[in-house]
Amino acid sequence: MTATATPGPDSPQSPEVVDSVEVGPTPPPTQVAPPKRSGALAWARWIGRRLVLAVLTLWACSVIVFLATAALGDPVRAILGKDYGTSPERVAALREQLQLDEPIVSRYFSWLGNLVTGNPGTSIANQQPVWDLIGPRIANSAVLVLISAAVMIPVAIGIAMLSAHYRGRRADGAIQVVLLTLAGLPEFVIGILLVAFFSTTVMHVLPAVTIAGGGRPPWANPASMILPVLTLVLAVAPYVSRIVRSSLLEVLDSDYVELARLKGVPEGVVMRKHALLNAIVPGIQVIALQFAWLAGGIVIVEYLFSYPGVGASLVDSVRNSDFPMVQALAMTLAAVYVGVNLIADILSILFTPRARTAISS
Amino acid sequence: MTSTPGRPSAPPSTTALAIIPAAPGRGATLRRYLTSRRLVVGLTLTALITLLAIVGPWLAPHGENDIVGKPFSAYGMFGTDYLGQDVFSRVLAGGRSILVTSLVATIIGMVVGILIGVVAAYAGGWFDEALMRLNDIALAFPQILLALLVLAAITEPTWWIIALLVGFSHAPRVARVARGVALGIVPRDFVTAAEALGESRLRVILAEVLPNMNAPLLAEAGLRLTYSIGMVAGIGFLGFSTNPGAADWGQMINENRLALLVQPWAVLLPVIIIGIFTIGTNLLADGVTQVAGNGGE
Repeated sequence: MTATATPGPDSPQSPEVVDSVEVGPTPPPTQVAPPKRSGALAWARWIGRRLVLAVLTLWACSVIVFLATAALGDPVRAILGKDYGTSPERVAALREQLQLDEPIVSRYFSWLGNLVTGNPGTSIANQQPVWDLIGPRIANSAVLVLISAAVMIPVAIGIAMLSAHYRGRRADGAIQVVLLTLAGLPEFVIGILLVAFFSTTVMHVLPAVTIAGGGRPPWANPASMILPVLTLVLAVAPYVSRIVRSSLLEVLDSDYVELARLKGVPEGVVMRKHALLNAIVPGIQVIALQFAWLAGGIVIVEYLFSYPGVGASLVDSVRNSDFPMVQALAMTLAAVYVGVNLIADILSILFTPRARTAISS
Repeated sequence: MTSTPGRPSAPPSTTALAIIPAAPGRGATLRRYLTSRRLVVGLTLTALITLLAIVGPWLAPHGENDIVGKPFSAYGMFGTDYLGQDVFSRVLAGGRSILVTSLVATIIGMVVGILIGVVAAYAGGWFDEALMRLNDIALAFPQILLALLVLAAITEPTWWIIALLVGFSHAPRVARVARGVALGIVPRDFVTAAEALGESRLRVILAEVLPNMNAPLLAEAGLRLTYSIGMVAGIGFLGFSTNPGAADWGQMINENRLALLVQPWAVLLPVIIIGIFTIGTNLLADGVTQVAGNGGE
């Protein structure tokens, strides 16, 4: 990486990436470069700030989750449904379990305290500790999301490179149309069409639902993972591909790529070494966004395939108005989102030499 | 540089700005939009499904709750559903709820989001910073999660509760885009001029800033409509019905899903229609971006 280290016009002390990595068109003009410190200390400070911000965000999330679930309507009425009027003793028992007689502020803080110390309460639907129910499901969902990402990222980047290579020609146009079409489809439409094609109406080659009986994890039957993974990949890859393609095109037009070509570097090497590495930063941002989107996307996909993960559990818990479960699952998904964004911010800084210097010099 | 008042009806502007297509009168603008094949195809698909959703209920040969045969049996073109109701009639009848709910959701999301974004951009400083930090917090929730949280607490959701939930889940995302666009407009001469003339802040925002944000916001609205349809149908698909028993494309998928093997049309027909609808709105959004992007060059 000799000629590729400095992308774009080399401003003396580029101030645009200091606190948050904005890939948007308008960097805040008033920000000044951070004071010069020794590298390690500046890094620690910067990462520390991001961590504090992440924790604050999560705390605010907890307020929203608690308010949405505990303050809207009467939880006991929601849980009991038709039984609400007929069994006052169950009403009383539930009010006791949910501590509804205490003021909402103290309920919130006792809930938060328990959550932080790893005790998110007891499920109302089956009276087991929430953590025992959620723990294995988090693992299942994590496996699903990680496999999907592992398939999606290389596929999406590969398609983007192919498309950029054939830019403006028929192959590029065809790829763009397919991506645009897929990008418009909701995930359940993609999933059901896949099920119809591969496991019911047209062919019978893949299982339509995840079978995970007898305490075995879903990946014990790998064939049943294929369709959920494929659905998530098809739902997410188009976005990543399109962003990576357009940032590739931008880089391919730049002076230093022109120089590399003039030097006689083969086109394949230009694409891999000079273009891709510089186009990767917007790629990281969009992959992070899509990861975060996956945290929501698994809700529908897991429900569709009866995959025993966080998402399917959330739908069941919402239907039963199982508030402790809903709260814990919602916080899990929010934490994934915040965590992924934090990691993406740090990665983008590490991959952007300009920003790296702005922080540590 | 001739200073241009920012109204769409203004004489042709010479200030070339990528996001603002020069405004040479409505006819030319329309013609330029029609040159984008994506836009035309998207518009056609969207219009077709919208028409189907609006007039469908009048064309349906049977009432949406008429039992015409045994469950999941052959009947007419597309067979019967899980209760023995005519699938074709229910598909014709089941579009209005999704159309109306997602349209209202999109409008709510756009209005609230634009308001937040433009005010943040126009105010600037600490207020902008604070508003955007709050916005980031709202962004930490996957969109569907917000809706589900509230659905846990509300036992009998109505269509406008769904529209509100979906709309509010769009708002922080729209706000981000709107702020970005407005930041490029606020420092321009005609805004400063309007301020110098002593116009009120509200008037500056409404008359100077907003009209110049048209194209990017139109594209954003198309995108939001796409997601709204997906979410509203998705909520029905997850089995949260606003009107149990009534025909609704999302709910039809959920009701008949287990019989995909025996009677695929009861599921596939609504799935395909929703798919065409969202492909259409998405192409529409992309076409607008394309045309607006080229217009500035």
